[in-house]
Amino acid sequence: MNKILTTAAVALALALPASAALAQTADKRIALSNNYAGNSWRQAMLKSWAKVGDKAVADGVIAAADAFTTAENQVTEQAAQIQNLILQGYDAIVVNAASPDALNGAVKEACDAGITVVSFDGIVTEPCAWRIAVDFKQMGKDEILYLAEKMPEGGQLLEIRGLAGVFVDDEISAGIHEGVAENPQFEVAGSVNGDWAQDVAQKAVAGILPSLPPISAVVTQGGDGFGAAQAFKAAGRPIPLIIMGNRYDELKWWKEQKDATGYETMSVSIAPGVSTLAMWVAQQILDGQDIPKDLTVPFLRIDQDNLEENLATTEVGGVANVEYTLEDAQEVVNAAR
Amino acid sequence: MIATLLTPRFLRNALPALSLTVLLLAIFYLQPRAMSYFGLNLLLNLALPIAFATIAQMCIITVNDLDLGVGAYVGLVAAIGATWLNETPLLGAAALLGCIAVYAALGALIHLRNLPSIVVTLGMSFVWLGLALLVLPTPGGKVPDWIRAIMTLKTPFLPFTIYAAIGVGVIVHFGLMRSSYGVVLRGAGGNPRSVSRAGWSLLRTKVTMFALAGFFGMLSGLSLIGLTTSADANIALRYTLLSIAGVILGGGEFVGGRISPIGAVIGAMTLTLAASFLSFLRLPPDWQIGAQGGILILVLAFRAVINRAEARR
Repeated sequence: MNKILTTAAVALALALPASAALAQTADKRIALSNNYAGNSWRQAMLKSWAKVGDKAVADGVIAAADAFTTAENQVTEQAAQIQNLILQGYDAIVVNAASPDALNGAVKEACDAGITVVSFDGIVTEPCAWRIAVDFKQMGKDEILYLAEKMPEGGQLLEIRGLAGVFVDDEISAGIHEGVAENPQFEVAGSVNGDWAQDVAQKAVAGILPSLPPISAVVTQGGDGFGAAQAFKAAGRPIPLIIMGNRYDELKWWKEQKDATGYETMSVSIAPGVSTLAMWVAQQILDGQDIPKDLTVPFLRIDQDNLEENLATTEVGGVANVEYTLEDAQEVVNAAR
Repeated sequence: MIATLLTPRFLRNALPALSLTVLLLAIFYLQPRAMSYFGLNLLLNLALPIAFATIAQMCIITVNDLDLGVGAYVGLVAAIGATWLNETPLLGAAALLGCIAVYAALGALIHLRNLPSIVVTLGMSFVWLGLALLVLPTPGGKVPDWIRAIMTLKTPFLPFTIYAAIGVGVIVHFGLMRSSYGVVLRGAGGNPRSVSRAGWSLLRTKVTMFALAGFFGMLSGLSLIGLTTSADANIALRYTLLSIAGVILGGGEFVGGRISPIGAVIGAMTLTLAASFLSFLRLPPDWQIGAQGGILILVLAFRAVINRAEARR
C-alpha cells in the first residue's frame, strides 16, 4: 500500500509541472452516485451529466464520467453503492445524497481511500467532502421579495409545500415564512403538501380552496404551479399570481396566460444541470486546484421578459435547464473564493 | 462420498452457502480489487446490520409470525443510538431496553388476543417510524464513539464483519437448533398444540422470541449507525423486506419452526452481494431491482427442485 502511495506521489510530482491544466486529469475517472431518478428534474439532471460527461471524455479532459443510480431512494443502498464505487477505483465520486448525515460513514471511507468526493443538491456533512449547496431558504424568501415588489399592498397567500419530512421542503418553507415575517402585509392563509407533483398539488389545492378567503398569490416549491392553476380554474375562482418552478407545463401555461391576459409572474428553481457543475468542480479538484469546500449553486430564474426564450429551450415534459462549461464552473468557484 | 453429497437433504442445506460462494466468485472475477481485506470489508460491512435484522425476523418466523415493522424499528434504534445513547447513555440504554420490552409485549398481545401478527407489526411500523421522527426530526445525530470503534475494528486476516457474522450465526444456531429449550421454541411455531400439551407455556415462547427479535433488531440499528456515523429515521425501511427475503433465502420457511440461523446470515450476505454484483455488471438501475428479484427466484427455484426430488424418493 505504502509503495503504491509513494509511486503515485512521485508520478503526481512528475506530472505537476509538465503539462497544462487539462491534461492532468485525462486519466481520471469520475462517477456520479445518484439516489433517485423518478421525476423530470432528476431525469434532466442525468441527461445533462451524460451529455457534458461524454463530451469531456471525448475531448480527453477526463477518462470516464459514469452515472450510477440506486434502484430505490434508500440511504443504506446508496452507502453500499458508494462502497462499490470505491472498489471500482474511481478517482472522484460526485454524490447527490439520500441523506445529509447518514452517508458520512461511506463518504469517509471514500476519502480515506484517496477519492475526491463532491456532493451537490443533496449534500453530505462529512467535512472531507466538497459541498455544492442550494440555498433553498433564499429561494423561498426570494418568492416573497418578488411578491412584495409586485403587490406592495400585500394579501392572502396559499403555500404549496413539497414532500413532508424532506429537508428541502423545510428549508424552502422556512424561507417563505421568514419573508412573510419581514413583510407583514402578507399572510399565509393556508398550506398544503403538493409533493412537487402537479396532480398531487391539484388535488390538495382543490381540497383546501373552499375554506380559503380570496387568495392573491400562491407560493410554491416547483412542480406544483400548473396543478394549482388547474385547481383554481376548476373551482371557478379568479386565478391568483402563482409562482412557477421552471417545469415545462408551468412555463407553457404561463405563456398561454401571458398571451391571453398579460398574466405576470416569475419562475424559479435549480437547473438540473447543476450535476455538470459538480462534475467540473470534481475535475478541477483532481487537477490540483484549490477549491473552497462550500460552494453555492446559482438559481435559474425566469422572468416575464425571458419567458419565451427559456420555454423554447425547455424540453416538452422537462425542466428549464442550464448546462455548465468548465469556464462557468470556474466562475462559480471564483465567486466563492 | 458423492452419493452423500448429492442427497437432497445435503443439497438443500448447502444451497445458501453455495449461492453465496458462486456470487462471491463472480464478484472477484468482475472486480479483482474486491479480493482483499479492504475490498471484502467494503463489500460486506453493510451486510452485518442486515444479518442482525434477518436474525430478528427469523425469531418471529420461528413462532409462525411475520414482522412487517422491523425496518422501521431498526430506524428508531438508529435514531435513539445517534442521539440519546450518545448524549445521555443511561437514558439511551433505558429507551433501548424499553423498545425490547415493547417487542416482548407485542408477542404477548399477539398470543393472548390471537391477533394476526402481520396486522399488529404493520401497525407498529408506523408507531416506530413516528417515534423515530420525534427523537430525530431531521437526519443527523452522532454515533457513540465506542460503537464506531467496534464497527471499525481492524481484525487480523478477515474484516470484523465476517467474524461478527459467523459469531452471530453460530451462537444463534446453538441456542435455537442445539439447546433443549431451542427445540421447544421451534416446536411452538411448528406444532404449537403438542408443545402446549407437553406442558410448555406458549405465551412464554412467544414473548421470548419477540424479545429476542427486539434484541437483534437493536443490534442491527446500532451496528448500522456504527457504519454510517449518524442516523436518519428512514434509514432502514428496506430492511423489512430484505430480512424476510434473507430468512427464506437462507433455508427458512413460512410454516413456523423450520429455520436455519446460519442460513439466514448467509442469506443476508447473499442479498447484499447480489446488489453489488449487479452494479459491477453495470446493469442499468431500472433493471437492478428486477434482477435482484430474479436471483432470489433462481435460488428458490433450485430449492423447489431439490424438495421435489426428495419427495419423489
